[in-house]
Amino acid sequence: MSSTDRSARTSTAMIATPAIHAEQLCRHYRMGETLIRAVDGVTLSVKAGEFVALLGSSGSGKSSVLNLIAGLDRPTSGSVIVQERDLAQLSREELARYRLHTVGMVFQSFNLIASMTLAENVELPMRFAEVERGKRDSLAREALTRVGLQGRMNHRPSELSGGEQQRAALARALINRPQLLLADEPTGNLDSHTGTEIMNMVREFNQHLGMTVVMVTHERALAERYAQRLIFLADGKLVGDESNSAVNAADQAGVGGGRP
Amino acid sequence: MKLPDLAELAVRNLRESLLRNSLTTVGISVGVASLVAMLSLGIGLQQLASRRLMKSGLFDTVLVTSRRDLRNFGREEERGGPAPAESRTLDEPTRIEIEHLPNVLEAYPDIRFITELRYEDKPHLTTIAALPASAKSNDAFETVQGQFFSSDMAPEAILQKTFAEELLGRTPKPGVDETNVAELAAPLLGKELTMRYAQREAAQSAPSATAHDNAAAPGAESLADAAYSVVSRELKLKIVGVADLDPESMRGPTRARVFLPLKLAESLHVMQPTDLREISRAATDQPVYSSVSVRVNDPNQVRKVEDTIKKMGFNTFSILDASRSIQQFFKVLYAFLGIFGSLALVVASIGIVNTLVMAILERRREIGIMKAIGASDSDVKKLFFAEAGAMGLLGGVVGVALGWTIGQAINLGTNVYLKSQSFPPEHFWSVPWWLVAFAILFSFGVSLISGLYPAARAARLDPVQALRYE
Ligand SMILES: Nc1ncnc2c1ncn2[C@@H]1O[C@H](COP(=O)(O)OP(=O)(O)OP(=O)(O)O)[C@@H](O)[C@H]1O
Ligand SMILES: [Mg+2]
Repeated sequence: MSSTDRSARTSTAMIATPAIHAEQLCRHYRMGETLIRAVDGVTLSVKAGEFVALLGSSGSGKSSVLNLIAGLDRPTSGSVIVQERDLAQLSREELARYRLHTVGMVFQSFNLIASMTLAENVELPMRFAEVERGKRDSLAREALTRVGLQGRMNHRPSELSGGEQQRAALARALINRPQLLLADEPTGNLDSHTGTEIMNMVREFNQHLGMTVVMVTHERALAERYAQRLIFLADGKLVGDESNSAVNAADQAGVGGGRP
Repeated sequence: MKLPDLAELAVRNLRESLLRNSLTTVGISVGVASLVAMLSLGIGLQQLASRRLMKSGLFDTVLVTSRRDLRNFGREEERGGPAPAESRTLDEPTRIEIEHLPNVLEAYPDIRFITELRYEDKPHLTTIAALPASAKSNDAFETVQGQFFSSDMAPEAILQKTFAEELLGRTPKPGVDETNVAELAAPLLGKELTMRYAQREAAQSAPSATAHDNAAAPGAESLADAAYSVVSRELKLKIVGVADLDPESMRGPTRARVFLPLKLAESLHVMQPTDLREISRAATDQPVYSSVSVRVNDPNQVRKVEDTIKKMGFNTFSILDASRSIQQFFKVLYAFLGIFGSLALVVASIGIVNTLVMAILERRREIGIMKAIGASDSDVKKLFFAEAGAMGLLGGVVGVALGWTIGQAINLGTNVYLKSQSFPPEHFWSVPWWLVAFAILFSFGVSLISGLYPAARAARLDPVQALRYE
């Protein structure tokens, strides 16, 4: 994949075209008589290489927006365009390929497959991508080494701590070198110390691999510490969009690791 | 996803819920085993039947008659053949020619005539037929009491059981026939019979009245030669054997009550009914036959030999058609046994559906995860297919082994029973390689079909819903 070359360029030439653009995005659920507007006319843009936090109270539609961007769900109306592809227009098969090659996802509950070792979990997306068997082993090893789990490759998820599981999930999310990292409350199940560890890794991917990151969280403090932009949702609507000056200033200074 | 990956993932998934999947697989095995057991029984019975029939010598024999023989007009075999005008005479050189055709073991004339036999000065009128030396290995004569002819020219006779009864003045009771052949044979073996018969002899006399029949046949020879005289003769025969044959069930040469060696019968030049039509030939040295029986080395070659002889300009008849209808019967039997065997497999396949649907419920989240990290609908579908297929394949292999074992056990048990009833053991159980292959493939196929619905259901699973709840 050319993700690294591409992301290298995003910071300069492609900065103008947004990596993600949602226009009047709606996701409604019909529950008998009532219509639940989980996402209700959200319009937003995320630049390539940007680190954005989606904030809001429980039930405000954060996960729903993220799933629409991830191509796991289809909008009721409106459009999501990711890297010039309108997801609403893609077939189920094309959406699967999009998820496979363009998106990496991490979840609050880690979502590793319990019956597989870490190495096998990390390898799984490469099986779907039909990467050669010989290459897969070394790539999985490399990815797990990157998140500091080289010693735990043949362990099953149940034998690991939450932080280790989330690190493995990060390694899996990155294995097909996607341009987009979508995280749904990645630290929700972790203590603050472990959460910081995970967030530092996410930031590293954002800064050194040039990945665009959209992270759902309801912890404003966490968002302010890492995200360049904070987007607020309430009742499925966009209610705020602010640039995070502190993080941007730090990025400008090229520090990145100034915060505890 | 590539096939090795699919297989690997399928096997690991099957191992995850080992007990449930094993039970399902056992279900398939039992289904396959019953299918294999049923079909091998059918095949074994057919082989037994055809072994028996082959030994009877009926299925490897072609009866050849001349097209000049008016008796054959209108027979089905004749359609499309050459007109009688171009047909050939069934004489000795022709017989030799037929005998030298590929796959032909022997070709011998059918000699059969009705004449009088005297036994202890009482006359008995009966049909006499000639037997070639090869009839000795024929199943029908295997059980002969006494022995077979000592040579092909020996003045000896083998009697049909019913004729032996007649000679002894016994009348068989109607209904159940429980006559002991050995008991019948004891007083008769070694005794003498006097056969009275009419012998043809070349003569220079004027054509007989019957020559007009011949004139009607096209291509008749010059009437000048058409002359012979009939001389009455007597021959003493020694009774060497009594055969336990059911004449009604027999065809061809065995449909007679007294048998003579072939060469001896030939040398007698007994007047036969057909001689009247071949009257002109009577004067020549070369005998002309009304029919010749041709033995073929392999029943499968009968048709080919028959066609070749037809091309030579003769009519042929074989019981191939009869054997075909027996095969038909066994096809129906297979179908029946197969349906019963498959039923068990169908029940087993419902087990597969159940197991996989359960697996989907259980692995909802896992399917959601796989989709979230990029699995397509077809990846998920193939994975469930592979699991169904793996169970089917394994169940098929185990089932064939099980079915084979059951069959062996039944065979053994039945033979123990047969032995206790003092019958010879029989091999009525056969698992040919194609049945093994078929059973495994069938099991595989049925399993894949069973996997259709669960696989489609798994593929359509909405990942958002699947990942929503813990
Ligand atoms: N399948 C569904 N059927 C009906 N309603 C749904 C469905 N999925 C989501 N919703 C509703 O949509 C709204 C938004 O849900 P969503 O999961 O996006 O919220 P969230 O912001 O992620 O909340 P949380 O912080 O608790 O995860 C909720 O009110 C939820 O009940
Ligand atoms: Mg949520």
